[in-house]
Amino acid sequence: MSDTDTPGDLQTLLDELAPLLVDGSPHAVALGLTLVSLKPGLAVMRAPYSADLVGDPESGILHGGVITALLDHVCGLAAFSGFGGQDTPATLDLRLDYMRPAKPGLDVTAEAVCLKSHGLVAFVRATAHDGDINDPVATAQAAFMVTGASKAAQERAVEALRSGQPL
Amino acid sequence: MSNALIETLLAAPYVARFGVRLEQKGDELTGILPYSEILVGNPLIPALHGGAIGAFLEIVASASLLAGQSLERLPRPIDVAIDYLRPGRAADVYARAIVNRSGRRVANVRAEAWQGRSGAPVATLHGHFLITPGRTDPAG
Repeated sequence: MSDTDTPGDLQTLLDELAPLLVDGSPHAVALGLTLVSLKPGLAVMRAPYSADLVGDPESGILHGGVITALLDHVCGLAAFSGFGGQDTPATLDLRLDYMRPAKPGLDVTAEAVCLKSHGLVAFVRATAHDGDINDPVATAQAAFMVTGASKAAQERAVEALRSGQPL
Repeated sequence: MSNALIETLLAAPYVARFGVRLEQKGDELTGILPYSEILVGNPLIPALHGGAIGAFLEIVASASLLAGQSLERLPRPIDVAIDYLRPGRAADVYARAIVNRSGRRVANVRAEAWQGRSGAPVATLHGHFLITPGRTDPAG
């Protein structure tokens, strides 16, 4: 968070950008991912269960790739808000622990916390669960970085949003 | 591809949706993720979604385990660490995996994804997979 922003201002900015952050990502849309909430350094997203996204037709379990994309995206949002909503961060690395398969038929929710962000790097931790966060499906730990490309993209996003132009 | 489980892996709704293909040349397996708009994570850069590249690396790692030995079930990832080295451009992605060790329950695999030049990977994966080897493991 930059010194000039109070948390209130940041929340306003996040609310303003929220529709863009998930619905503006074709891959997230293709997987049906939705944003549940976005606060400074805290993001929650959901992957609704869908037969189209199954990894093993015999068991009906969601493909691990859905969980991977969900955790990557939610961690990115926590990093974005942790950076003060000023820069779209790029993933440096993502470490995933698959604790158990998600139960067939249940939506998966992922909650991410930005543990620390300073200057160029943000550290994020996330948990994915199918109803009880104390019985996780998977956890993630990730590091994000602000890059030249991500900075330019962020400027274009804010400009597009404020001018009401489609992306 | 003769391995029935590789076909099961590729036919899974999620995998089939993104059109992942495999090419086997001798003992070398290359995965192909054909570019499509639904792989884009950030249309403003534009860059492929890190989750899509990560999932693709996992699929190629699983396929390499299946190609290298007879397994009774699809490998299940225990943990994976993905390093993102470059933004994935709006183009096809390729990947190859190397099985570091394959034991009776756990396999250790690394995989690398690239686009234009294989010497300039976009992402690498390192992970452990739970495996169930068949009773008669083919030699080699």
